[in-house]
Amino acid sequence: MTSRLLCQITGFLTIIIALTALPFFVGPYTITLMIGMLGYVALAIAWAMFSGPTRYVSLATVAFFGIGAYACAVFNESLPYPLLLLVAGLIGLAVALVVGLATLRLAGVYFVIFTFGLAELVRQLVTWFEVNITGTLGRYIFLPVTPEGIYWQLLALSAFAFAISWLIGRSRLGLALKVIGEDEVVAAHCGIAIARIKLALFALSAVIMTLVGAIQAPRWTYVEPSIAFNPTISFLTLIMALLGGANRLMGPIMGAVPLFLLFEWLSANFPNHYSIILGLVFITIVFVLPNGVLDFVEKGLTHRITAAAKPAEVQK
Amino acid sequence: MSALLEVSGLSRRFGGLLAVNDVSFSVGQGAIVGLLGPNGSGKTTVLNMISGHLLPSGGDISLHGKRISGLGASRISKHGVARTFQLVRALPSLTVVENVTVALAFGRQKLWGVAARERAMGFLDQVGLAHRADHLAEDLTYIDQKRMELARALAADPELLLLDEWLAGLNPTELQSGIGLIRSLGSSGITILMVEHVMEAIRALCSQCVIMNAGVKIADAPTADALSDPAVITAYLGEQHA
Repeated sequence: MTSRLLCQITGFLTIIIALTALPFFVGPYTITLMIGMLGYVALAIAWAMFSGPTRYVSLATVAFFGIGAYACAVFNESLPYPLLLLVAGLIGLAVALVVGLATLRLAGVYFVIFTFGLAELVRQLVTWFEVNITGTLGRYIFLPVTPEGIYWQLLALSAFAFAISWLIGRSRLGLALKVIGEDEVVAAHCGIAIARIKLALFALSAVIMTLVGAIQAPRWTYVEPSIAFNPTISFLTLIMALLGGANRLMGPIMGAVPLFLLFEWLSANFPNHYSIILGLVFITIVFVLPNGVLDFVEKGLTHRITAAAKPAEVQK
Repeated sequence: MSALLEVSGLSRRFGGLLAVNDVSFSVGQGAIVGLLGPNGSGKTTVLNMISGHLLPSGGDISLHGKRISGLGASRISKHGVARTFQLVRALPSLTVVENVTVALAFGRQKLWGVAARERAMGFLDQVGLAHRADHLAEDLTYIDQKRMELARALAADPELLLLDEWLAGLNPTELQSGIGLIRSLGSSGITILMVEHVMEAIRALCSQCVIMNAGVKIADAPTADALSDPAVITAYLGEQHA
């Protein structure tokens, strides 16, 4: 048991070290690709952290991602970089707490619609503010951050998100989230403070999403609401987490990496049909792999093992 | 005998329907009390208010003299109230032992890890489910799910246990062992308030019965007296039998 744990930790650290060294061996195209991929890995982990066990399907991912990107754009000239990230994270936290307090009582499809509406609302508010108050739609971000710097930050954030998910999965908090996802009435009667736990997890996940936006924003140089609050980001994050399996530790990564590469390849080779193919991929995943790839593989394996074991039992 | 649970003037309204109307009763420390009445008389609603699943529209509930009405279910569970549900609420995709561990992890004891599993196995053994500990809850039969739910309620270390038709649907042998189990819980010091329709069990277990009809309390007496009360017979069987 402990030796297995040691193996897992060693494996995790080895991968992180290898990825940290990556920029010294590859060209700028790969770095750009990896930045995009790590962004989605972090978003998918953060999404699954809250939505996986509780089954509260959130489409607010881009609301927080966009808040992070916009915070970066607004404060990039007035604040030193580390402080900038801190401020962005705090804004994301504040919004998540307000939204969470107001909405986590909603359940099922109402929550989905609300979170989708939230992302639109934030986008429209920012647009309105920029047009009517500051008088300019669109901002420039000039920060002395290199692509490698962004890559390392996203790597650190992804590793952090992964480690937190791992810790939650092993703790009482993880069990509490699972019980909430299964039956809130039972959760309450067993003494679980449902509202507090949901709010805390929603906020944690939102802060990670906000930081992804804030860290990635300098890559764009120019930001406007339609770029920062593009709803496709929410849908991609969702479908990545679902593809891998939102209830499993490795699920979001197993979904984000292949899907990101697929979408890159599609947008390079079929730029005109990208959206159509994207839609087909969504439908396929929901129909063929409703519980995610990992679950599918695992079920397939146990099926084979039991099938192989049966003749042996008969011989006994 | 001092009262553990004190219910006074309890009411609950669902829109225009007064489901529970000014009900008062008390349950002594260590007693097994039956809460009876025809279908739709408001028994489960009373249990729901005691456990915190529903908020009362009026009246007070107190445990050990401390008011618990108005608190949420998770707070009330910390005061030592645990329950089973009329329609079993298993956590289907968790294993049987995990179902019980939940109550240990977030209950009054805050047990976790190996210690929690050992305790959970003890409770499963008590209800006769230890051999199915690592099965998924959804794979159990309905009756076994009821046993599991009772083990989960016991794991919360309750002072007051609320049973909502826990004995319904058992065959005669299972009923006898179910009655034996509840009796042993009672003698271990847990106070029990049970909604039940199985008369055999009520006569065997309950020292006192509170009987409701159409949201109103119509009798509250030692079991034999309560069951022979003319108002109770009328409620169940109609005027000509009273």
